[in-house]
Amino acid sequence: MSSEIDVSSHRDAVEFADGVYWIGALDPTLRTFDIILSTANGTSYNSYLVKGQDGVAIIDTVKENFSEEFFARLESEVEYKEIKAIILNHLEPDHTGALPELMRRAPDAKLYISQRATSMLKALLKPTGDGFEYTTVTTDDRISLGDRTLRFLHTPFLHWPDTQCTYLEEEGVLFSGDVFGCHYCDKRLFNDLVGDFRFSFDYYYAHIMRPFKKHVMDALKLIEPLKIKQIAPTHGPILRERPRRYVTHYRELSTSSLSREIGVAEQSLVIFYMSSYGNTARMAEAINEGANAIEGVRVSLYDLEGGETGPFVDLIEEADALLFGSPTINGDAVKPVWDLLSSLAVVNLKGKLGGAFGSYGWSGEAVAMIEDRMRGLKMRIPQQGLRIKLIPTEEELEECRAFGTAIAEEMVGKKQQKAVIDMADLA
Amino acid sequence: MAKAKITFQDIEQTVNVPAGTRVIEVSEKIGAGIIYGCREGDCGTCMMHVEEGWNNLTEPSVLEEKVLKENMAGRHDRLACQAQILGDCSVKPT
Repeated sequence: MSSEIDVSSHRDAVEFADGVYWIGALDPTLRTFDIILSTANGTSYNSYLVKGQDGVAIIDTVKENFSEEFFARLESEVEYKEIKAIILNHLEPDHTGALPELMRRAPDAKLYISQRATSMLKALLKPTGDGFEYTTVTTDDRISLGDRTLRFLHTPFLHWPDTQCTYLEEEGVLFSGDVFGCHYCDKRLFNDLVGDFRFSFDYYYAHIMRPFKKHVMDALKLIEPLKIKQIAPTHGPILRERPRRYVTHYRELSTSSLSREIGVAEQSLVIFYMSSYGNTARMAEAINEGANAIEGVRVSLYDLEGGETGPFVDLIEEADALLFGSPTINGDAVKPVWDLLSSLAVVNLKGKLGGAFGSYGWSGEAVAMIEDRMRGLKMRIPQQGLRIKLIPTEEELEECRAFGTAIAEEMVGKKQQKAVIDMADLA
Repeated sequence: MAKAKITFQDIEQTVNVPAGTRVIEVSEKIGAGIIYGCREGDCGTCMMHVEEGWNNLTEPSVLEEKVLKENMAGRHDRLACQAQILGDCSVKPT
């Protein structure tokens, strides 16, 4: 598609609503962002400028080594003494790299951040000293630029604790921070002109927002009632053509798909295992049997040898409880178990129930190591793991059934209350 | 050694502990639902609500007070990685 817009050919601000400008920078050669994200055609660091009768607001800045481009675009439109407000929707260094220099050049500007951003701001500005002031804002707080009103939306954990959105009431522009963003670099800047960025949009959501689906839903409650004419995120295209569909898409991406398959009252327990001689597999089957005896728990049993990480991560995301079975080989759990347990940064596991089991020949360290990993992932381990030396006897398989039953009872809240116990008796 | 009882309301479990024990030391062992992040009083992840026995925990430090404020803690919320048990109390995850 031909277009007259090419922001790579100049260093001017780009107006996209009355008195609202893009003053960001393109980073087309970046191939990896933040270690975890591949960026096949680079990214952009979007910063915005809003002009009002009583002054100018700057919303977010850029990564430090792109400061020169940012300041050039800013200077093409306003003088530093006109800047009344600097708003930070998100304090990650790719959006605050130019902040110390901007504060130096615009000393009269007031800084607006969320309450949770305060400690991060101090850590970011450590090298430049403590001589800065800020105002914390939350939902429905407003600042006026005379004929322009900027309203704040408290949208924490999208994707850091500090994140917020800012809405320009008169123009219907939502400055959304990383929400609705993507790593997609295109000099044509606007969603109706750039290439096909659907993959980048969904990929960004899957790696950045997915662990915070509950917070996405909370934020959408604030965003959906707004009259949105354009969405201006901190990465990727400005969404000016049918912006509402991206809001709808976020709701779809954040909605549970398991709840369409099983009843709301039913809970999901997923058991993963690896087995070298079939002993851990026997344990897994017995645990499965024990858990299945409890009404209200849907149990799924998977041999890690027969699957791939991606779909297993999807199962884990929606499960209420997870059990991992591994033999111990050379004093460790086996690699496929670690591969899966190290691929879970993209989903939220906080508060899910966990447990471990395994057959072993000599020392059986795997079970405790898996439990430690699950605790590190913020899971709760209600039952001490089950270790069985080599081939399980019928009596030991009964222990496995009881273990499965106990986990399932814990899930549905049927577990018997225990007497007072002494800390010294805990493992 | 002086003893105290702490009850984790979410799992309805009471544990006898030596006075001075930090909540973090016992809550994970028992499988209670309080979740930990940095484990050193900085991130606010382990915020818990003290239902009973507020005065039977050590006083929050200035730093803990600051982290609680930043994380919009309610009345009688504490960080489980910081609070030490001095007498009987009852807690639950926030």
